[in-house]
Amino acid sequence: MTHIVVDPVTRIEGHLRIEAEVDGGSVREAWSSSTMFRGVELILKGRDPRDAWAFTQRICGVCTTVHAIASIRAVENAIGAVPPPNARLLRNLIIATQCVQDHVVHFYHLHALDWVDIVSALTADPARTAVLAQSISDWPLSSPTYFAAVQNKVKGFVERGQLGPFANAYWGHSAYKLPAEANLMAVAHYLEALEWQREVIKIHAVLGGKNPHLQGFLVGGMATPVDPDKQASINMGSIALMRGLIAKARDFVARVYIPDLLAVASFYKDWAGYGGGVGNYLVYGEYPLDDAKQPELFLPSGVIRNKDLSRVEAFDPEKITEHVKHSWYDYAGGDDQTLHPSSGETKPHYTGPEPPFERLHTEGKYSWLKSPRYDGLPMEVGPLSRMLVAYGSGHPRVKELVGTVLQKLGVGPEALFSTLGRVAARGIETLLLAERMEGWLDDLAANIGHDLRIHDNDKWSPSSPGVKPSEYCHRYEDSSLSQQILPGQAKPDHRKTGRGRTAFRDGGRTDRGA
Amino acid sequence: MSDSDRWFLQELESRGVSRRDFMGFCSAMAAALALPRSAAAAIAAGIQKTDKPVIVWLEFQDCAGNTESFLRASRPTAAQIVLDTLSVDYHETIMAAAGHQAEEALARTVKEKAGGYIAVVEGSIPTGANGAYCTIGGRSALQIAREVCGSAAATIAMGTCATFGGLPAAAPNPTGALGVGDAVPGVKNLINLSACPANVENLTALVVYFLTYKRWPELDAWHRPLFAYGKAIHDNCERRAHFDAGQYVEAWGDEAHRTGYCLYKMGCKGPVTFQNCPNVRWNEGTNWPIGCGHPCIGCAEPDFWDKMTPFYAHLQNVPGFGVTSSVDKVGLWATVGVGAAFAAHGFVSLGKRWRNAEHHPAAREKAAEAQRREDDKKGGQP
Repeated sequence: MTHIVVDPVTRIEGHLRIEAEVDGGSVREAWSSSTMFRGVELILKGRDPRDAWAFTQRICGVCTTVHAIASIRAVENAIGAVPPPNARLLRNLIIATQCVQDHVVHFYHLHALDWVDIVSALTADPARTAVLAQSISDWPLSSPTYFAAVQNKVKGFVERGQLGPFANAYWGHSAYKLPAEANLMAVAHYLEALEWQREVIKIHAVLGGKNPHLQGFLVGGMATPVDPDKQASINMGSIALMRGLIAKARDFVARVYIPDLLAVASFYKDWAGYGGGVGNYLVYGEYPLDDAKQPELFLPSGVIRNKDLSRVEAFDPEKITEHVKHSWYDYAGGDDQTLHPSSGETKPHYTGPEPPFERLHTEGKYSWLKSPRYDGLPMEVGPLSRMLVAYGSGHPRVKELVGTVLQKLGVGPEALFSTLGRVAARGIETLLLAERMEGWLDDLAANIGHDLRIHDNDKWSPSSPGVKPSEYCHRYEDSSLSQQILPGQAKPDHRKTGRGRTAFRDGGRTDRGA
Repeated sequence: MSDSDRWFLQELESRGVSRRDFMGFCSAMAAALALPRSAAAAIAAGIQKTDKPVIVWLEFQDCAGNTESFLRASRPTAAQIVLDTLSVDYHETIMAAAGHQAEEALARTVKEKAGGYIAVVEGSIPTGANGAYCTIGGRSALQIAREVCGSAAATIAMGTCATFGGLPAAAPNPTGALGVGDAVPGVKNLINLSACPANVENLTALVVYFLTYKRWPELDAWHRPLFAYGKAIHDNCERRAHFDAGQYVEAWGDEAHRTGYCLYKMGCKGPVTFQNCPNVRWNEGTNWPIGCGHPCIGCAEPDFWDKMTPFYAHLQNVPGFGVTSSVDKVGLWATVGVGAAFAAHGFVSLGKRWRNAEHHPAAREKAAEAQRREDDKKGGQP
């Protein structure tokens, strides 16, 4: 038995460490550890709840919208603020932009280097690369001259001898399966996607002032005024700008990302047999389509157990618990307790080895992340969960897209429960949203012709009546999180917040297993 | 034309950038740096003749927001040249290698390029729990920072967490988080690019400044380059005329808000925040926070999570017309001003918050001060 450590896990946001026991080429045991703690929960205590979104937003600068919006909805639910239709549409556009831009970055700039061998691209034949590219898409940047120029660029880079972020990697390893031409095509699109993401994210700058950490959010609505007759508001000029950016987003996703995904996946079909995960899927749901208290959602919420797509259960927030048996926290009532996030506790207590260290005490506590459970079970969250719940709930476009992808890859539905399925689901969700966004932009353009409201001003002042405990959940493009807000017992004119956060993605073990 | 010039121009062309585009970029950089047009040639020469400077990018208690900002580097195609001109030897979020191989790359650079590389730091450095609040490869952020920044030619602290401690250092600073300057005192050539996140235009300008002049720019009292932090946002704000005319937004979405009036009454911290946000803007000049209709939250200033909150409480005693002259003077006034804002919006919670502060000396001081004021207030009541 060999004990291996991978730390840092790179090309992610945050600090992650993996320790594993390997025997005869198989992983027998594995531990995932978050190695960084800031204490945002503790920092938020006692602050003005209207400020909280800016604090929680900084939990992640990659998914820079989701923690902000989760916080805002929690406060809105607590004080009974009702954001007007314009705010709902602006938020849908912001969340969808985040998802589309970040999924493409995830595929090309974070994940692709596990599948694409950059050095192999140097031996590709540009003419054959062009034939390959043209056979899978009508994307115009596909001539032999173009691919030769990209190859020269890479060659110049390699010959100069400073490989920068590509140094000391795994190039030439037998796990890389793409032919040289596919590698060259993918490298070209890695560079194109780098330009593309910078363009598309300008939608966030229009609606939130900047990206990352856009600033246009408000409890009760949005700070972005709308008025077709004003220069300093969202008007037809800004809508035209966003329309162009959405078209650009959709075009690249449909003509580059999806064809690349299918082409790359066809060489890695054996990955349909790896990465099965826990087989339970949880989705909070997102993109309200109306302004009712329980709105219809474009992507539905729900729970699937044991990979059974025929049964999608209703999601019940009361069933979430957090465990610290293996996390560096103490619970006042003992570490065997399971606490609902609304009564959650965050008392850090490090009991691991003093740095520098070689190994964590994996038999005891070993991570800064708590272990969240739903109805006592570990759950998978993220794009695969969302697509499975939508599929199981009969979402027509999701069913169509999933069917097309499975058919093109020549694999059955069981392939969804795997690494390959996860990669495919991310692409399907990206296409789905890239297609949907223009509709929300049309709705916004139509609505601001007669409705200029962006905010529920009645609930803005701290002296507004009516505060109740609440919980609001927000689906998140790579994990799921919920935030709870508790009204303070102090003066009624100065609401205080206590706040917890439940992140399912990287959580660790309980006594009942990972 | 020398061989190296020819090589450089070929290199540019292979990247799809014409000589004209490149010179255009250099002129734009000259303008951004407030230099005469003739400086463009000097900048171009600076970029061409230098070997790729090596960058080591460390992430500690961070959110990768500054990395994302870095990926948004604007000035189309030419910025890519500047960034390609750097060799980013270590950067967790983008590098291909992981684990031991990643750490090996870092160790090699630190050893072989000792004294010659630039360290960029993103995120704060925790001093509590013997450094266990942030470890990478089993080493604490503090151990890594001491080694890597200690051997660097210069250290660029990117973002408010790395410069001043930022969010993790907000009261009660649960992990004893500090900025690089405080955590690793005496680090050579420390340049702070504060803001949350730092604007990549300022990083690009900083690098070009260095390549052009072979020295680092003039800094303010907080080690921030004057070319980017020399003036208050308020003094360059496109809505300043409305402030001077007494035209203010009173409610979100009202006529004044839609017209683009001043956000001072909604809590804007532009008068006490020093940054070139209104000039360079964000995402290739698309917009900036005040431009979208939200007040400035003061994210470039030390302790802004404590000093500038509540975000929607307006500053007291903002001077009337004219330009605010110096950062030191305004900085002092701002503390008093924001303190007064706190008084108006409820001392009790702040007193409680600061009393919890255990680690940060500044937070302890503030706690003591808030406690004194609270006691005075109680004592003054009948």
